Amino acid sequence: MTIAKTLFQKVWEAHEVVPQTSDTPAVLFIDLHLIHEVTTPQAFSVLRERGLPVRRTDLTLGTMDHSTPTRTEQVFGGAPISIESAAKQVRQMEINCAEFGVELLNLSSDLRGIVHVIGPELGATQPGKTIVCGDSHTSTHGAFGALAFGIGTTEVGHVLATQCLLQTKPKTLAINVTGQLKPGVTAKDLVLAIIGKIGVGGGTGHVIEFRGEAIRALSMDERMTVCNMSIEAGARAGMGAPDETTFAYLKERPRAPQGLDWDRAVAHWRTLVTDEGAVFDREVTLDASRVEPMITWGTHPGMVAAVSGSVPASSNDPVFDKALSYMGFSAGQKLAGSPINVVFVGSCTNSRLSDLRAAASLLKGRKIARGVQMLVVPGSQQIKKQAEAEGLDRVFIEAGAEWRESGCSMCLGMNGDTVAKGQYSVSTSNRNFEGRQGVGARTLLASPLTAAASAVRGTITDPRDLL
Amino acid sequence: MEAFTSISSRTVVLPRTDIDTDQIIPARFLRTTSREGLGQQLFSDWRYLADGRPDPEFALNKPDAVGCTVLVGGRNFGCGSSREHAPWALLDFGIRAVISTEFADIFRSNALKNGLVPVIVDDATLQWLIGHPGAEVTVDLASSSLRLPDGRAVTFPIEPFARYCLMQGVDQLGYLQSKNAEIAAYEQRRAVR
Repeated sequence: MTIAKTLFQKVWEAHEVVPQTSDTPAVLFIDLHLIHEVTTPQAFSVLRERGLPVRRTDLTLGTMDHSTPTRTEQVFGGAPISIESAAKQVRQMEINCAEFGVELLNLSSDLRGIVHVIGPELGATQPGKTIVCGDSHTSTHGAFGALAFGIGTTEVGHVLATQCLLQTKPKTLAINVTGQLKPGVTAKDLVLAIIGKIGVGGGTGHVIEFRGEAIRALSMDERMTVCNMSIEAGARAGMGAPDETTFAYLKERPRAPQGLDWDRAVAHWRTLVTDEGAVFDREVTLDASRVEPMITWGTHPGMVAAVSGSVPASSNDPVFDKALSYMGFSAGQKLAGSPINVVFVGSCTNSRLSDLRAAASLLKGRKIARGVQMLVVPGSQQIKKQAEAEGLDRVFIEAGAEWRESGCSMCLGMNGDTVAKGQYSVSTSNRNFEGRQGVGARTLLASPLTAAASAVRGTITDPRDLL
Repeated sequence: MEAFTSISSRTVVLPRTDIDTDQIIPARFLRTTSREGLGQQLFSDWRYLADGRPDPEFALNKPDAVGCTVLVGGRNFGCGSSREHAPWALLDFGIRAVISTEFADIFRSNALKNGLVPVIVDDATLQWLIGHPGAEVTVDLASSSLRLPDGRAVTFPIEPFARYCLMQGVDQLGYLQSKNAEIAAYEQRRAVR
């Protein structure tokens, strides 16, 4: 009798070059290494110092997203990149990729975009692969049944030089999501509810497998949103079993297997499911039908409540008090109706075509409230083109929003797109840490629907009020 | 990487839980192509007042903090991004060990690769340390233990391989390169499959 295995175990074992022992971690082979301009320069320096080549340029793909501008003239060279240090990083990325023979989707490429958007979009992200990147939101790719996780720059150097990583096997955590999401409630609300339930350290040391009826019902875009925020629960990675939805998404993508290879690949991918009877180290169950549109009120993603709800009642916790003082909220305060200043639709969490369509569906024929700044930043240049072909850009612009070139933009305030001190920003991104969107900025994480609804009213708004 | 065997120091304490990497080093300071000099920006948004002067109330700015190499932080230290700039900034400032009940996975992995020792202790020990800032402690890797001022030694978990690398001051790339034959064989197996 064969031993029942989890999806994670199957992918892990298929990539063990040298298994873990009591004294040494496993040597794990990496199938796809995504690189960007911010977390790689120091790794290329190490290669240069030691005279090492990139071992597998064919498994390495570079893009630029984090420190890059989103203003058209700066992206396409009509004007210099306004931040000198960012311009230097972009130049260094071009130099490094050219010198080491790594494919780079540079600023002028129409395939460029946020690293976690372009991998799936190109079909490079596939079930069963090990995928790493010097970025914690690499967990996004787990939506395809890949084992995908963020690494530091030293490890980026390890993968460039050896295509392998030293890894200690993590534990497994099953998150079973039963039932169905209600209309107006999105994958973003679901993952915020999950983080609220298990906490920002609830997944530490574990790889999450998202399972159950509600997960199977999600589109690939939605599954990516859920897996993307696994790291906000502290998890090493988040995964979901590949299925017909996955295969339909990948079919005929340029870097997906083609022809007979496709059939062989799908046959293999169908085996990448957790076997009946396989045991997880931990299991958590959540009912999707009870999830409401969610919004964060504090300074980490676990500080979250229903949009229709309130900030929790007072407690003796100094962390709670500090968070409220930073956010300018009071204990027990109702969230809906609270004024906002900025709305950001974008980031590797929610910048895909379906996210833009959702936001546009609410904005069509409406204007954003006076005094509110709204930025819509597509996840990739391809998504930008598709959105424009559908006229979504017109909807945003006519509503009073700005429409930009792709990039991480206002998610992390390092590329010129920032939220001013003290301002409230309803953001579809993934982190509401102090200062994340700019020094003193107050971030409220929410879905694209909630973000758009809040833009229209100029206050925190349950999107179902406008649907 | 500087070898780490044992260090003794007074502690500097940041009692907050969930200290994320955006606090340790905000993203706007990641626009660098070097790993040097980040200590200046360590905890920048907490450390400096709006006019750029150091906030005298912040623990790392107090005269007692000068020369401290051991930082005590609340649970889930280093959560958030994968930026290795976080341990680089701590090391550049002079911190060699961080004590908490729990570390975020990527931060811990990055710390171990740079000679910054993550010391995981039980909650009672952490609460004692938070209540006694400036306590003289010793982080000893050979015995994987934290010695407290009363002489008590609290052992902390650390993988043997990571400990070996820290104590020898060697990075892990050399070990990975030594597995070249195994890696090549794996690539061969995968190519023919």
